[in-house]
Amino acid sequence: MSNVLVLVDHTGGKVRKTTAELLTIARRLGEPVAVYIGEGVQDALPTLGQYGATKVIALTNPELTQYLVAPKAEALQQVAAKIEPAAILISSNAEGKEIAARLAVKLESGLITDAVDVQVGDNNSPVTTQSVFAGNYSVQSKITHGTPIITVKPNAATPEAAETSPEVEEFDVAISDAAKTARITDSKPREATGRPELTEAAIIVSGGRGTGGDFGPVEAFADSLGAAVGASRAAVDSGWYPHAYQVGQTGKTVSPQLYVAAGISGAIQHRAGMQTSKTIVAVNKDEEAPIFELVDFGVVGDLHKVLPAATEEVTKRKS
Amino acid sequence: MKIVVCAKFVPDATADRRFRSEDNTVDRAGVDGLLSELDEYAVETALTVKEAGDGEVTILTVGPEQAADAIKKGLQMGADAGVHVNDEGIHGSDAVATSLILAKALSKLEADLVVFGMASTDGSMGVVPAMVSERLGLPAVTLGSSVTVDGDKVTIRRDGDTASDTIEGTLPLVLSVSDQSGEPRYPSFKGIMAAKKKPVETWTLGDLEISADQVGGSSAWTEVVEVTARPPRSAGTIVTDEDGSGATQLVEFLSTNKFL
Ligand SMILES: Cc1cc2nc3c(=O)[nH]c(=O)nc-3n(C[C@H](O)[C@H](O)[C@H](O)COP(=O)(O)OP(=O)(O)OC[C@H]3O[C@@H](n4cnc5c(N)ncnc54)[C@H](O)[C@@H]3O)c2cc1C
Ligand SMILES: Nc1ncnc2c1ncn2[C@@H]1O[C@H](COP(=O)(O)O)[C@@H](O)[C@H]1O
Repeated sequence: MSNVLVLVDHTGGKVRKTTAELLTIARRLGEPVAVYIGEGVQDALPTLGQYGATKVIALTNPELTQYLVAPKAEALQQVAAKIEPAAILISSNAEGKEIAARLAVKLESGLITDAVDVQVGDNNSPVTTQSVFAGNYSVQSKITHGTPIITVKPNAATPEAAETSPEVEEFDVAISDAAKTARITDSKPREATGRPELTEAAIIVSGGRGTGGDFGPVEAFADSLGAAVGASRAAVDSGWYPHAYQVGQTGKTVSPQLYVAAGISGAIQHRAGMQTSKTIVAVNKDEEAPIFELVDFGVVGDLHKVLPAATEEVTKRKS
Repeated sequence: MKIVVCAKFVPDATADRRFRSEDNTVDRAGVDGLLSELDEYAVETALTVKEAGDGEVTILTVGPEQAADAIKKGLQMGADAGVHVNDEGIHGSDAVATSLILAKALSKLEADLVVFGMASTDGSMGVVPAMVSERLGLPAVTLGSSVTVDGDKVTIRRDGDTASDTIEGTLPLVLSVSDQSGEPRYPSFKGIMAAKKKPVETWTLGDLEISADQVGGSSAWTEVVEVTARPPRSAGTIVTDEDGSGATQLVEFLSTNKFL
């Protein structure tokens, strides 16, 4: 069977759920080979094995993590030259997409970004599904040239375990001077919130301009449900919530089991980021708000009353 | 310093965007278009850099006849010149091919600083800046939220998901800016009048020494197999809150659907 390269998405050895999803998808197409960049591969090994990586290629050259993404793309090119994969799967976040873009030019290969599903087509080649135009269309595509490179969105597959015990192979890469030109000189980590990651969460509660700047009720309701918190651009632009939590065209695209929009009108650019959610709920005091066109359940009312009462009710039922 | 903004003409997001049934490409003729709103941030950044130091700002667009409107808007905002790459052979180009055209044009323009938007509002792959940087062999800093240029030193702040980073690079450099990079200005009356006299060149693939088989639909490395309109969501239940009834019904709904 042919190899399918999966670039591991991790923070210091802690493998993100999206990688388990990629490995699950990779098994449909061939034998998953995980490429791990940075320190801590031993910590990642159990998870990579659990989801069926047949081999783990470890790249520990420190230059790979000092200089933005250009060196990572060079490294992957060298790995690809060696193992000649049938496809390359990368997480669809900002860094993943940039690596994929560079790789597509280097390998003269077709690139598909933001896949929400990947299935096997003729000759074992991948067929992707993307959701476009604010989620109004679903597009199926295939890659006709080179090594298919696909960036895959979170929640594109349910991780399925398939225990293996992969060996780790250290791989030396050479990084060109050209790839080392722009570098990070300072980095201020964001404080952890303790809530699930926005793009991976099963439930998201988002607040908009209707919160009037007080995200307390939104956060409390989210916590009662074990949910992540999101925000509309109006809330972010007002400085009420950090941009990293913005849902929509210029923020995150999310597709949770349940999306709750509180005090959000439902502008097209917001919809673009949440329209494919399985179940949609809105609380808005304006019964004419366009968000109500999307909902499975809507409450016309003041979020400052409805959310705290609902939080109390959820907490009561859960205890 | 020669600053070039890559700006795209896109179908209006608030209009009903469609695919052409003949070849599954985006219908650009049937709907109104405009300069991608996200590329206005790139124009704004370029103008701010110019005003803080010196330089000349050129708007570069690849697209059909109407794409000239995107250049016009950039000139009205204050850019100095425009270059429009327009050729029959370009129709149906994917991101990889578009990046080739842009890269060739940027080499010809001898750009010191290239500014992109974060993503086009129609395709929104957000990959063209990285591809162009790869082709030009220039460093790229993507998704900047603030940019300062001092001599040939460029400092960029980027607010990512897990950290806020400061990044340093030197010119020549490729940059993409997010919509957090400062509100784009509106064209002034004076700007609108002045735009009419600014030079706009039109280039063809031949001018860039690109052959027809390198770009366009027939050269694309990906192929759309099927396009399906999303079925409309079925109408949901909407209740009006009275004395807390809204919250109770909401929680009941969540409970029935096993979210608790
Ligand atoms: C290029 C571009 C990109 C964009 N990208 C994004 C994006 O990524 N994400 C995004 O969200 N937007 C984006 N926007 C902005 C978008 O067009 C809207 O302006 C934005 O989504 C509005 O946010 P909102 O719904 O919170 O505010 P509003 O539209 O002002 O709506 C507030 C809602 O709250 C309701 N309300 C007020 N008080 C209460 C109360 N007490 N209780 C209950 N309801 C109340 C009101 O009835 C109203 O419906 C983008 C725009 C552009 C041009
Ligand atoms: N046809 C084009 N002409 C000029 N610039 C473009 C074109 N296509 C993409 N760009 C630039 O590349 C950025 C990212 O585009 P995309 O990768 O398509 O999301 C845009 O914000 C523009 O700055």
